[in-house]
Amino acid sequence: MTTSIMIVGVGGQGTLLASKLLGNVLIAQGYDVKLSEVHGMSQRGGSVVTYVKYGDKVYSPIVDQGEADYILSFEILESARWISYLKEGGVLLTNTQKTWPMPVITGAMEYPEGIVEKLSAMADVQAVDALKLAEQAGSPKAVNVVLIGVLSRRMDIPEEAWLKAIEETVPAKFLELNKKAFRLGREA
Amino acid sequence: MKKLMLGNQAVARGLYEAGCRFVSSYPGTPSTEITEQAALYDEIYAEWAPNEKVAAESAVGASLAGARSFCAMKHVGFNVAADPLFTASYTGVNGGLVVCVADDPGMHSSQNEQDSRHYAIAAKLPMVEPSDSRECRDFVKAAYEISERFDTPAVLRTCTRVAHSQCLVELHARDEQALKPYERNPQKYVAAPANAVKRHVEVEKRMEALRTFAETTELNRVEMGDTAIGFVTSGTCYLYVKEAFPEASVLKLGLVNPLPVKRIADFAAKVERLIVVEELDGVIEEHLRRNGIRVDGGKDLFGYLGELSQNKIRVALGAALPAYKAYDETVPGRPPVMCPGCPHRGLFTVLSKLKLTVLGDIGCYTLGSGAPLNAVDSVLCMGASIGMAHGYTKMLGEEAAQHTVAVIGDSTFMHSGITGVVNLAYNKSIATVLVLDNSITGMTGHQQAEPHHGPDAAERAHLSY
Repeated sequence: MTTSIMIVGVGGQGTLLASKLLGNVLIAQGYDVKLSEVHGMSQRGGSVVTYVKYGDKVYSPIVDQGEADYILSFEILESARWISYLKEGGVLLTNTQKTWPMPVITGAMEYPEGIVEKLSAMADVQAVDALKLAEQAGSPKAVNVVLIGVLSRRMDIPEEAWLKAIEETVPAKFLELNKKAFRLGREA
Repeated sequence: MKKLMLGNQAVARGLYEAGCRFVSSYPGTPSTEITEQAALYDEIYAEWAPNEKVAAESAVGASLAGARSFCAMKHVGFNVAADPLFTASYTGVNGGLVVCVADDPGMHSSQNEQDSRHYAIAAKLPMVEPSDSRECRDFVKAAYEISERFDTPAVLRTCTRVAHSQCLVELHARDEQALKPYERNPQKYVAAPANAVKRHVEVEKRMEALRTFAETTELNRVEMGDTAIGFVTSGTCYLYVKEAFPEASVLKLGLVNPLPVKRIADFAAKVERLIVVEELDGVIEEHLRRNGIRVDGGKDLFGYLGELSQNKIRVALGAALPAYKAYDETVPGRPPVMCPGCPHRGLFTVLSKLKLTVLGDIGCYTLGSGAPLNAVDSVLCMGASIGMAHGYTKMLGEEAAQHTVAVIGDSTFMHSGITGVVNLAYNKSIATVLVLDNSITGMTGHQQAEPHHGPDAAERAHLSY
């Protein structure tokens, strides 16, 4: 049995740190783990996607349409873009934050309205204002750890294991902030 | 100890463990992190070269000096390095020489999706292809053994999904390799016609020996399962096959040049349908057909374009796909844009307002072609802006030349633009060239790969990790 998670967002939102943290948690649980990401263009505000897969034995590093058990989305438009990758019965955990893409900034297209409502009619969705919670924790940069907190509630892994992975992944001077961000996400 | 490692990080680990001493590369997605990671090992001398040709020549020189040496490049980088490497195939090596070429099926960050396996065939070089990070490490070691045993540069082929995926890798100790003494041998190392004629004989003997090796090497392996379908595959496609058809029989090829014949024929005889799964060109499939081995499905099912995936393999073979629901409204795209604060933004805004013809180059200038800048007329390959501006303005004359500029970045200029400028001077060109110096190799993730600036690869790597 392989479990597939997709982390999607906008370049610069900290999705790579989130996937690294998740990877560390899963390895500590003794799973075979594969992570896949695409570098390069994604550093410049493009759409980014990271695949995290774990189980007894993982083959393909990528997640295909209809295969994701969870999608952890950092931006609501990206949730709409990637929803087809969610399997039947899968869960979408999404930030409600909006970041305008270039075609919207230039006025060529409009940012779609009512995405959360539409997605909720399609799948099991939990929408969270992760930016607000991150600011509450002390920094808007902690959006990624807030969202990891949201995901942690859904997974059968003890809270201590998550906190230990956070200790191992984030710089010491930001540890308390990140722990707070994690808890706010976990309780959301 | 096991560690979650990026494919590129595992290649660097393989270099360390194999006793490699010398690395020279030019950055190119998806190969860049290999050299950055190799620079973190004190036992390895690692540097950025101005281009892939110089990197390859430097690695050949280090091999001549008796060191296990290495260079990495993206697939189009091999075009630049091809000149020294085709003849290094004739001269052979002293210390083992491994060249990594990273293909980019699907063109995540490239201008074409050429298939590097053709190079291994054309240059008569052995090529190994790992599927994941663990194999990246293992196959680097295997490539050094092949290089030294068969007196040849060996090529390690990766692709974006191998280079930028992570899996657990067991760490081993370094196998320190003493420098092999250099012995003067002009008949081997001076590629003049009289010598090269004899060396070509050795190259053909070597290929014959490698074909025999391909029949028995553990790099190729059979996993027998259900015999209704047998897959012949390699690299990342092996993982997609295992994901889509975990029960099927598979012949996994780790040595992709030269390919075995008898081993594939034996496998084909044991299965009802033989399906060849490979991204890009039908290199394995053509090998089978040429050797009279039946193929029941290959490029006719999968085509020549982009990446494969488990679902693409399921679809091609008529298997059920996982159910899913797509968002039923158009979702605006999110293309990458230039970094905030990059000086190129202002320049492209001006060029666009002036409505100039802009012959662009490789790098972030491709980002100047999209909305809202819409400033670039052409992008071809590293350094091409200058040569193209020369030919364009020679044909259209001074009036057109006043409305035409070549635009090239500092790293690309050092890579292969500079010879174009020599040509402008020699052939009395009327072209205008703008060298945009932002003091960084930006597109590949901010390497300092311009000889006129800043710290070298080793210093940079230590700074950024």
